[in-house]
Amino acid sequence: MEWIQQLINGISLGSIYALIALGYTMVYGIIKLINFAHGDVFMVGSFIGFYSITVFGLGFFPALIISMVACALFGVIIERIAYKRLRNATRIAALITAIGVSLLIEYGVIYIRGAQPEAYPNIFSNKTFSILGAQISIQSVLILSVSVVLMILLQFIVHKTKTGKAMRAVSHDVEAAKLMGINVDNTISATFAIGSALAGAAGVIFGVYYTKIDPLMGVIPGLKAFVAAVLGGIGIIPGAMVGGLVLGVVETIVSALGFSLWRDAAAFIILILILIFRPSGIFGKNTREKV
Amino acid sequence: MKKSKQFWPFILLAVLVYVVIQVLISTEMMNQFYSNTLILIAINIILAVSLHLVIGITGQFSIGHAGFLAVGAYVSAIITMKLQLPFAVAIIVGGVIAALAGLIVGIPSLRLKGDYLAIATLGFAEIIRIVFLNIDAVGGAAGMQVSHLTTWTYAFVCLVITLVVIVNFTNSRHGLAAISVRENEIASDAMGINTTYYKVIAFAIGSFFAGVAGALFSHNFYIIQPSQFGFLKSFDILIFVVLGGLGSLSGAVLSAILLTIVSTYLQGYPETRMIIYSLVLIIVMLYRPKGLMGTMEITDYFKLWRTPKGGSQHGK
Repeated sequence: MEWIQQLINGISLGSIYALIALGYTMVYGIIKLINFAHGDVFMVGSFIGFYSITVFGLGFFPALIISMVACALFGVIIERIAYKRLRNATRIAALITAIGVSLLIEYGVIYIRGAQPEAYPNIFSNKTFSILGAQISIQSVLILSVSVVLMILLQFIVHKTKTGKAMRAVSHDVEAAKLMGINVDNTISATFAIGSALAGAAGVIFGVYYTKIDPLMGVIPGLKAFVAAVLGGIGIIPGAMVGGLVLGVVETIVSALGFSLWRDAAAFIILILILIFRPSGIFGKNTREKV
Repeated sequence: MKKSKQFWPFILLAVLVYVVIQVLISTEMMNQFYSNTLILIAINIILAVSLHLVIGITGQFSIGHAGFLAVGAYVSAIITMKLQLPFAVAIIVGGVIAALAGLIVGIPSLRLKGDYLAIATLGFAEIIRIVFLNIDAVGGAAGMQVSHLTTWTYAFVCLVITLVVIVNFTNSRHGLAAISVRENEIASDAMGINTTYYKVIAFAIGSFFAGVAGALFSHNFYIIQPSQFGFLKSFDILIFVVLGGLGSLSGAVLSAILLTIVSTYLQGYPETRMIIYSLVLIIVMLYRPKGLMGTMEITDYFKLWRTPKGGSQHGK
């Protein structure tokens, strides 16, 4: 059953995209900024996970948590230093700054540790078991379950906690939220922290699953995760999850059909089609522009 | 807008610069390194000015300019290397095909605004790159050998034509319409300006000159590879425009000259170069979001008593 296996691969890849896309979509939902540096937070998370496993000899779960915490801090620092002053700037200025931050992180990491790739240590056994004739590795099951748990946790935070309520309020209407006594700055920082923590987790998972990491690894997954966020409807959290999974499955199918060199193009073609025909995404509602 | 008064002095200056440098090159008083840097500066100015038309004048944020550069580079390389036609033909055809690519990309994507447009152009540029990566006739990932045909004469003539066309376009009725789109698209729509038309026209002209620059680029470097035309190349062009001032032609020209010289000296340290570039970009955006010169032109500084044209970039 080749196709079940491909489907599982696609879902594993898609869940990584979904985790990154959640950060994009949350940040965009709250301050309308495409945080280009998000893909690089993902890369930094992957490296933090790598060093905690190899240098400090930690297991997968401690490394995952350390990476998430460090990335949350990192995300907040980026927001406080670079983006906070740009709240009232033009969209173009904010976007250019985000591109600048992204390149600064990438080349800063290259400057510090060199551009050579690293091989992630093999922490899980390569055991596979078969369901319906498909060979499924324990790794992919574990990755999938970690992603699902994180997404459920996110849903819980967004819908059941006070911070989550504040986040939803700010993304709905910043001014009104401010008038209701919500600390907008802290809420935005919390959004960056949560989004970046998810990206950090995605980084560790990516490293374990694909084993090779390098300082420019964040660029393409970052862009694709953005595609996933747009596909699901940017600013909508379940949309990012569905968009990520769809994108992962589509890419795997394109590769499986023998067009692996066209895999990256598939994501961008999806992006352009969705932007042209349904710019608000699968879950988005059409809003009219007010003058 | 009495640019006609500035036209002949500009041509005179251009001829003078050309003759002086040509004499220096042909008498070998200027070595290969400097003449190559000058050609590179000319190519980068063409790129900067063509993107300036799209971002600075029309206000459409495109971050996929390297895609059109790639189209021009590959098409012109095919014409000289496979069809054995002269280089001048290759430059023109490269530009025309890039303009067509610009139309194909522009018509659907210019319906989008702001961030979405930026991402769509980025996506198109990536698709163009992947297409070239997958065509075996142009060498795929290994790239394509191109003979060295770009001379100072070709580069300079293309540069002058680009500047004249873009300055004249900016100062024409069409240019004013494009500026009105930049200032406030809804208002200019309400004034009866066909905003989509002007956006697409500006995009196509910008792509044409990016294609011309691509032809010069590919015939200057002996080899072209799809990896040269990635996102970083688009970013290189973008920083010329952003640093110079969103809406300032002379700003784009000056920053293209400056950054080309800087990056020539930092060639051995690519990481340092990128760190400096990104820091410059962040700092300029945080403290001077309109770029160093805003919408001012260099000539405006000579006659500050006149009201500066262009105005603010608000309303987006």
